[in-house]
Amino acid sequence: MAIDRAVRHCSRVAARRLARLALLLGLLVPAAALLHAQENADCLGCHGERGFSAERKGHPVSLYVSEKTLAGSIHGGLQCVNCHAELQGKELPHDAPLKKVSCGDCHDAEAKQHAASLHGKALKRGDTLAPGCTSCHGTHDIRPARDPLSPVSPLKVPFTCGKCHQEGTKVMAQRKIHQDHILENYSESIHGEALFKKGLVVAANCASCHTAHNILPHTDPASSIARGNIAKTCTHCHAQIEQVHRKIIRGELWEKEAHVLPACVDCHQPHKVRKVFYTQGMADGDCLKCHQQKALASRDGRAMFVDLRDVQHSRHAKVACSQCHSGVNVSRQRPCETVAPKVDCGACHTEVAQQYVRSRHGRLMLDGDKNAPSCTECHGTHGIEGRLSASSATFSTNVPKLCARCHREGQRAAVRYSGPQHQIIESYTESIHGKGLLKSGLTVTATCTSCHTAHGVLPRTDPLSSVNRANVPATCGQCHHGIQEQFEQSIHHTLLGKTDKQLPVCNDCHSAHTIRRADAEGFKLDIMQKCGRCHGEIAKTYFDTYHGKVSQLGYTKTAKCYDCHGAHDIQRVSDPRSHLSRQNVVRTCQQCHPGATRRFAGYLSHATHHDPKKYPFLFWTFWGMTSLLVGTFVVGGVHTLLWLPRAVQMRRELKAAEAAEEREWAEQQRSAQEPAGPGNDGPPGADRS
Amino acid sequence: MEGSVRQRALQFQRFTRLNRGLHAVMIVSFISLALTGMTLKFSYTSWAAFLSRRLGGFESAGFIHRFAAVTMFCLFATHLWDLNRKRRLEHGGSLWKLLMGPDTMLFNRKDLDDLVGSLKWFLGQGPRPQYGRWTYWEKFDYFAVFWGIFVIGSTGLMLWFPELFTLVLPGSLINVATIIHSDEALLATGFIFTVHFFNTHLRPEKFPMDTVVFTGRMPVAEFKRDKPAEYQALVAAGKLEENLVEPYQPVVIRAIRAFAWTALTLGTFLVLLIVYAMIFAYR
Repeated sequence: MAIDRAVRHCSRVAARRLARLALLLGLLVPAAALLHAQENADCLGCHGERGFSAERKGHPVSLYVSEKTLAGSIHGGLQCVNCHAELQGKELPHDAPLKKVSCGDCHDAEAKQHAASLHGKALKRGDTLAPGCTSCHGTHDIRPARDPLSPVSPLKVPFTCGKCHQEGTKVMAQRKIHQDHILENYSESIHGEALFKKGLVVAANCASCHTAHNILPHTDPASSIARGNIAKTCTHCHAQIEQVHRKIIRGELWEKEAHVLPACVDCHQPHKVRKVFYTQGMADGDCLKCHQQKALASRDGRAMFVDLRDVQHSRHAKVACSQCHSGVNVSRQRPCETVAPKVDCGACHTEVAQQYVRSRHGRLMLDGDKNAPSCTECHGTHGIEGRLSASSATFSTNVPKLCARCHREGQRAAVRYSGPQHQIIESYTESIHGKGLLKSGLTVTATCTSCHTAHGVLPRTDPLSSVNRANVPATCGQCHHGIQEQFEQSIHHTLLGKTDKQLPVCNDCHSAHTIRRADAEGFKLDIMQKCGRCHGEIAKTYFDTYHGKVSQLGYTKTAKCYDCHGAHDIQRVSDPRSHLSRQNVVRTCQQCHPGATRRFAGYLSHATHHDPKKYPFLFWTFWGMTSLLVGTFVVGGVHTLLWLPRAVQMRRELKAAEAAEEREWAEQQRSAQEPAGPGNDGPPGADRS
Repeated sequence: MEGSVRQRALQFQRFTRLNRGLHAVMIVSFISLALTGMTLKFSYTSWAAFLSRRLGGFESAGFIHRFAAVTMFCLFATHLWDLNRKRRLEHGGSLWKLLMGPDTMLFNRKDLDDLVGSLKWFLGQGPRPQYGRWTYWEKFDYFAVFWGIFVIGSTGLMLWFPELFTLVLPGSLINVATIIHSDEALLATGFIFTVHFFNTHLRPEKFPMDTVVFTGRMPVAEFKRDKPAEYQALVAAGKLEENLVEPYQPVVIRAIRAFAWTALTLGTFLVLLIVYAMIFAYR
């Protein structure tokens, strides 16, 4: 393909001179018979027929050329062969298909520009989406730019470019276009408005800034929208911008040192060029004249000093004072006299501000609650930083601290809260998320705002809240997406579970702020209580079996609810996907009991001997054993009790006999001592009776 | 000096060395089995969890349980071997003589008479019966162990090797085995640590314990009082003298008493735990 195209290109350059000569001759010598030229009528003999078509690559292609359209085009006066030069002098009907028409044979400069442009290079690369001449100008219907019907007339240019450069097109989806909503934004911009609403054909359209044929990326120094050239491009129309911007930038610098100056687009965003929301002509220097004085204070005593270092390191380093402190009136002696009392961050951060207004924080603010947090409460003022900056209060590892200012026990927000969550900050810090964030320093770990959102914070009872029951799986699923997918297929999810009781969501088992690793001992043991909250009876019977008893002793190396039933993918036992379905149950047992068979799986892991209907054999075994037990103890006990009085009596007699014997023995000793040694013949027990 | 002289008096030998050894081993294995088994049975109590931790966790407790069980099986086998030897040496190879002789462990007519006699005696309606070598309650204890080893042992094996047993038996029989094993064990522990303890050790005339099963010997007077029928038969046959032996040294007695005390205390303690678990902690 590439070689083919290169060859075609070379031959085209050679052919171009010949063709131009031919055209010249064709115009100069009306007696074209010499060259055996075809009249347009000859061509239209076939191509003028409406149904005239041919097959190309298996598809029918219309070859019809409307005589009227051709006549109305700017090329109406030309002969077909002037463009389709290869047919010059050919017998009709000719071979097909024809070569591509080379517009550059006549429009040399434009063709050169186009070839060097972004579009031309893409075309050369073989990019099927790249536009050639006809993509914008058309073919047989080409009209001049001044003709309002032309696709390249000022009013039509945005739509012509927009064929590719608007949302949803292949170009926007598949090529690296750095801007989005280009056509939409342009239409809303001051240029677009002027063009479309006011019909000002001199208003800047796409080509005004990007040029028509010499379109280059802004990174190319030769581009009309390169940083160094923007001023020049804009000043095509906006003369005397030095005057307009005199308070911001000294006039002579505009062109001399354009590379160090802010480019127009730094303040006036491309495509969004809109009525500016800051007062024209107000420069930071004017503000700082007063506000750099350390002692400056308002009438009510508030410090009005602005530390420039704060601003310079902030996210808003390039934003002018008056952009936030709007309402400046330059015609006043003190232009700031008219400044609005509160900065409206929403002027720029529209979407975020709208979320905030709907949030609990925003509502409290609207209600005039003095404890309600405003933008600055979290983001700060002049030193404002982005959330990706580690020193920012809104940096992920700082967020818990930030929220704790109000939500720690005893603080402003915590005292008004009456829900079940307590020790939120402490619990979070000890939770798996807290440890991940604060101990392991994983900045991607869930922090307060990950679940509660940053600006749309709502109480969990609000259906729009990210922590509302209905939304919890999706909220957790932001990070735990795989789990969410499993959960949505499970019996616990509202899509499948049919019950009038409340189905569980993530936090019912995992808790909210005290969330632990699922492989931690404590969690594993707790989970059985969690299941038991809804499945009370069945959990109780589990604790009657070996598995349950071992768990109850505090050991996890035994089957727990989720080992058999699954966790997030739990299904009804009758569901073939269940871990306990007929197909899967043996495999499930084999996880721990490698030799398990189908018969083995017949073990009742929720057996109870209290249900004579369901488990009669267990019931009767239990009662049989109990009767044996009770019977034996009753017989043994009665026997013992009856024996007791006699045994006591016997002991008393025995003691008495022993005492008597003792006396006798002592006497014997005394009497025996006189004549001879002690007599110890014969067992002394034998004569005791 | 004079005390030692009296103690040196010859005593009647009631148990052979092997019998006493087997009984001691049985005590150790039985208490081990009871202790480890009860942690599971009463897993809902806090003492069970505590005990299980002390025993090194459920796996270690399980190992002790099975080790003690194997010991018990060996002990049982040894006893059967001893019986067989006895049949050959003392009864001329006749099983009939072993089982039907006057010293048989089987229940016979005399036991029924003794039982009736005992009840009468208890109620003050007659004299104390002339008990023989083995009283009916001793025979009951003996067969309780026989039965216990059979029932608890067989179900225990099922629980030990469920995969093997379910090759032929239905899985739910493991549940049945659990109930039988656990309740029979409860019966065994409960019975041994209360009724057996009372009958042999704690009954007032023997209180706090009877060491005959540990020393194997008892004073002749006590023998004569306890087993009058056997005593008279021995005297009549003139065989009393050949059954008399030297008593143990006091230090041996002290060691034996320490062991017996330990067993007695552990057993009593276990009973208290069971009572607590069944009455106060049952859910």
